[in-house]
Amino acid sequence: MPPNAPAAAPKDNREKLLERAMSRHQYSGDALIEVLHTAQELYGFLSPHLLTAIAHKLRLPPSRVLGVASFYHFFSLKPKGEHTFTVCLGTACYVAGALGLVERLEKRCCKAGTTTPDGKVSVETARCIGSCGLAPAVIYDGAVLARVTPEGLDRELERIGAK
Amino acid sequence: MSVKTLEIDGKMVTGMAGETIFSVAWEHGIHIPRLCHIGGISDVGACRLCMVEVEGQRKLQAACLTQIEEGMVVRTDTPRLKAHRKLIVELLMAERNHICAVCVANGACELQELARSMGIDHVRLRYRFPVFPVDTSNERFGMDHNRCVLCTRCVRVCDEVEGAHTWDVFGRGAGSRIISDLGEPWGASESCTGCGKCVQVCPTGALFDKGKTVAEMRKDRGFLKYIVTAREKKQWIG
Ligand code: SF4
Ligand code: SF4
Ligand code: FES
Ligand code: FES
Repeated sequence: MPPNAPAAAPKDNREKLLERAMSRHQYSGDALIEVLHTAQELYGFLSPHLLTAIAHKLRLPPSRVLGVASFYHFFSLKPKGEHTFTVCLGTACYVAGALGLVERLEKRCCKAGTTTPDGKVSVETARCIGSCGLAPAVIYDGAVLARVTPEGLDRELERIGAK
Repeated sequence: MSVKTLEIDGKMVTGMAGETIFSVAWEHGIHIPRLCHIGGISDVGACRLCMVEVEGQRKLQAACLTQIEEGMVVRTDTPRLKAHRKLIVELLMAERNHICAVCVANGACELQELARSMGIDHVRLRYRFPVFPVDTSNERFGMDHNRCVLCTRCVRVCDEVEGAHTWDVFGRGAGSRIISDLGEPWGASESCTGCGKCVQVCPTGALFDKGKTVAEMRKDRGFLKYIVTAREKKQWIG
């Protein structure tokens, strides 16, 4: 399922799957993070509608649910693009020139933390992803790219047909 | 409950087992600086202003979270602690936009009072001047994020005393901010009962009564002890 599929796609059983995940945890508030994980995986991002539904089912205050969802990098509150570049800005990657990578992506695509208007590419940053030996590292759609150069990013963007 | 004897700043003091260094010190007239602690609600150790030295321990301890022990030797006001506290206050000042001269809480702000008591007349760090909104959507109160120090007193009083849990903390790091419900304007919050407890406990001018202008906002923090004692002990002590 593409991560940016509309929330109300026809023949949608995601609601049922999410319900099942919550009932597996007896709708306990302590299971909030697990439930958010499931919701994020099913829908690609956590919409206000989804967060409200989860808050009601787990009997939690909405502000806490949003607080938790906004704390972890794993969760996103906005729909992601078709492809995501996450540039590591940890110390090792920073020293190895990660800022140049962010600059290149921001110049060609969009500001870090946002998605291009055509929904093609999301640019993200992270702090040390634990692959310092590969610095500067970029996570491209879940896979770690090693010793990335701005030219290397150009080639990736060419390949996926980004403007 | 057993009584414990310890030494704080060279003074022999006693407290009940389970009490924190912070509260025993205050009971004995030793006023450890604080920002996130306020009697009547839980402690979270968010501000680190109450850090003290405990003999035999290398790391500094947050007095509001550390329980007293028999024979403990505590120091609350060494040069090292003073330097740390000063830096914390300067960091808080530099992190948002604390322009006391135009603040509703001027003269009644706990952050300002801390800075004054530490002799901070300038901040050695570069101000960040972040852009934060002011939420005036609530009928009676306002929320100016520029003056928030993220102590979370409002979050805890609303959750633990009022029971509404309107507030929580959004995001992480320097970009964190206090939100109501799902991040909608305070005035649109369905959970807020409009009780005003958060406004009273807020140490700065971040939460304020509408209609007050510069230096007019005065807060009543005594109410908290009154209602918490009433609830827990069924005693109404004015
Ligand atoms: S006014 Fe009362 S209910 Fe509303 S946010 Fe403040 S403490 Fe919570
Ligand atoms: S609004 Fe006031 S009470 Fe709430 S976190 Fe900010 S400074 Fe603390
Ligand atoms: S600093 Fe980038 S992986 Fe550690
Ligand atoms: S008062 Fe103890 S950490 Fe804030």
